[in-house]
Amino acid sequence: MSTADTPQTWDEFMEGVWRQNPVFVMVLGMCPTLAVTVSAINAISMGLATLFVLVCSCGLVSLMRRFTPKEVRIAVYIVIIATFVTAVDYAIQAISLALYEALGAFIQLIVVNCIILGRAEAHAAKNAPMPAMINAAGMGVGFTIGLLALGVVREILGAGTLFGVALFGAGFQPWVIMVLPPGGFFVLGAWLLLFSWWARRRPLKEAAQNV
Amino acid sequence: MSESAFQIFVNALLANNFVLAMFLGLCPFLGVSGKLDTAFPMGVATTFVMLVASLCAYGLNLLLTAFHLEFLRLISYIVIIASAVQLVEMVLKKYSPALFRALGIYLPLITTNCAVLGVALFQTAREYDFVQSVTFSIGGGAGFTLALVLMASVRERLTLSNVPDLAQGTALSLMLAGILSLSFMGFAGLGG
Repeated sequence: MSTADTPQTWDEFMEGVWRQNPVFVMVLGMCPTLAVTVSAINAISMGLATLFVLVCSCGLVSLMRRFTPKEVRIAVYIVIIATFVTAVDYAIQAISLALYEALGAFIQLIVVNCIILGRAEAHAAKNAPMPAMINAAGMGVGFTIGLLALGVVREILGAGTLFGVALFGAGFQPWVIMVLPPGGFFVLGAWLLLFSWWARRRPLKEAAQNV
Repeated sequence: MSESAFQIFVNALLANNFVLAMFLGLCPFLGVSGKLDTAFPMGVATTFVMLVASLCAYGLNLLLTAFHLEFLRLISYIVIIASAVQLVEMVLKKYSPALFRALGIYLPLITTNCAVLGVALFQTAREYDFVQSVTFSIGGGAGFTLALVLMASVRERLTLSNVPDLAQGTALSLMLAGILSLSFMGFAGLGG
């Protein structure tokens, strides 16, 4: 099992990063996705925090899957997730108070991120700890990439900076609406449009080559 | 905190609408807003859960602060919310089985609705007193219902119109939500 499954493990990981990307394909965990992506650095921190909670709680859920009675499983998952979120919450507060204030209540709201509960229920509860954690890591990375894609676009358009560094000259007029709430909806909508356009184009192109 | 109850209500309802300005509760917002006759009951059910959760969270917070157990706040809030949802589910199942079936999976999912936990967390963070907490939760719930109903009415209209293939589904809903959110920004400053 341990020797032959390298490609399979890789597949498991990439599943979350690309094919089942939580942000762009499954459209899960929308609240933090839209709320904290006003800048790239916020987006990355949120993604990493979620990644940590996701991997740890999926590992623990998977370890405890034989002792968890079916009737109370959701409650058990929620308590496990809430424990890790509390830890992350205090950790971020200790590391960077500015970041803590920028993310606000959304760190604690990781508890109700549907991606985590969804992964725990759909994957971790049925698999051994190792594959479960790899799958969770893939999802977490996919989520981080999704957040980053939104954060980068919104920061560049809305503030003219990237990671706090000014990109344009002084004459740049920021497109303020992009860092305000409506911008979040518009940018995510635009990304989804782009992906569906791309997904539709590919088969057409292949068909054209075959003819 | 010297905000009046009315200010808090208007603020939560319009200026800082939970869905359109603070991005809370987007999953049901995108999920159940397809039809008007499920959107409204869903909004009411969520409002009720919010109210119960807010009341319990207020009491619980007093208790936790008294015993210096603040680190248990998140866990206990989520347990309270889960029980409140269970309560609503049982009541609905008994009195309106049709509605119970219509809401389907989205009913238990109120537990993981960030708007509900958001109410509890925000009222703690802002140190609202009892009356403020109650108005905040009712205002937030009403705002959620308003957004849901608006969105559902627009989407019902859209099913009849001719939309480009590419934009069908979530992308279209997101663009719509963006426009709604844009118009809600006109309320900024209303609540003071």
